Amino acid sequence: MNTPNPRRPYVRPMAGWWRRNPFFVEYMVHEGTALFVAAYAIVLLVGLLRLAQGEAAWNGWLDALKSPLSVAFHLILLAAIAYHCWTWFRIMPKTMPPIVVRGKRLPPGAITGCGLAVAAVASLVLLGLVWGMTR
Amino acid sequence: MADVAETRKFIEIEVLRYRPEQDSEPFLQIFEVPFTDDMSVLQGLQYIKDYLDGSLSFRWSCRMAICGSCGMMIDGKPRLSCKTFLRDFHPGRVRVEALAHFPIERDLVIVMDDFIDKLESIKPYIIAKEPRTLEQGEYLQTPAERDVYEQFSSCINCLLCYAACPQYGLNPEFVGPGIMALLHRYNVDSRDGGAAQRMDVVNAEEGVFNCTAVGYCSEVCPKHVDPANAVNQNKTLSAKDYFLRFVTPKGGAR
Repeated sequence: MNTPNPRRPYVRPMAGWWRRNPFFVEYMVHEGTALFVAAYAIVLLVGLLRLAQGEAAWNGWLDALKSPLSVAFHLILLAAIAYHCWTWFRIMPKTMPPIVVRGKRLPPGAITGCGLAVAAVASLVLLGLVWGMTR
Repeated sequence: MADVAETRKFIEIEVLRYRPEQDSEPFLQIFEVPFTDDMSVLQGLQYIKDYLDGSLSFRWSCRMAICGSCGMMIDGKPRLSCKTFLRDFHPGRVRVEALAHFPIERDLVIVMDDFIDKLESIKPYIIAKEPRTLEQGEYLQTPAERDVYEQFSSCINCLLCYAACPQYGLNPEFVGPGIMALLHRYNVDSRDGGAAQRMDVVNAEEGVFNCTAVGYCSEVCPKHVDPANAVNQNKTLSAKDYFLRFVTPKGGAR
């Protein structure tokens, strides 16, 4: 009786957890690309604001978009958003209830593929529409 | 013919030791272990315990990936040590540590009380929807009804998914992937009627919405349970549970 409790569980620190495993680094990168999605939304919102301020402001915004710096920024945005889109649909099969087609469960690859195909088609249709409107 | 001793291969196993009565914090210790191509990491540890240092502590039982006792961090990844082979690390060194995100009791043994408490809280057994007497016979189920939960019933409570979940490491209050997979296994069983009781765990502050869909839990699962899927399906179910209270006659009262 009265022996001291020899148990002394050791809790390891979590600091820097995301650098411990390549999977976590990749997770942080794909979460980080969400910031680029937000950045592009801000670019578009500024455009809306300039449109409300009149023709001169709107044309100024259009000119700003044509600067080499802006084009380079948009290329970076495109790459980051494309990567975000790919990782988004890659995790999608893990987030949904099983889809049964003709008695068979739809494989994860098919779900990811469908998502990417829809995103690609939607982007092309939008591009086509805008292209048609501005010609 | 070459001498047997000459062809004998050795591998360095680096083990994270922690002996609470004498160490203030864990430290790494290297053992040189002879091995053959058919030897698992678990067998390497057993060699250390038998021939090099009898004080080394670790959990194990079945040696065939069904008991779920021997989960460890092997080269930084959560794996069953009985299902991981030394040959895959040779000629390099292999590092073995206690499962991440759990307190270390001693050496490679973790404190799993938290998991056991959570397991009890979800009532991991069938709560009959319509109780039947012995005379009425068994509870029948179609193969299609069984398919809905079968994958989630493969969980062996090995805790690898918890060691893979940074959200659990950052906040151990989080119910976590394995428990959610088991909860889901019973909730979607056609014979079960206990979902309403278990949804409190899902909906709680520490419930499914702590998950940020890292998805590593499903990657490391040795039984292809896909716990991330159980967690994320329950995000939808939890939202449905919340909004249904406004339209059901009982107003969500149980």
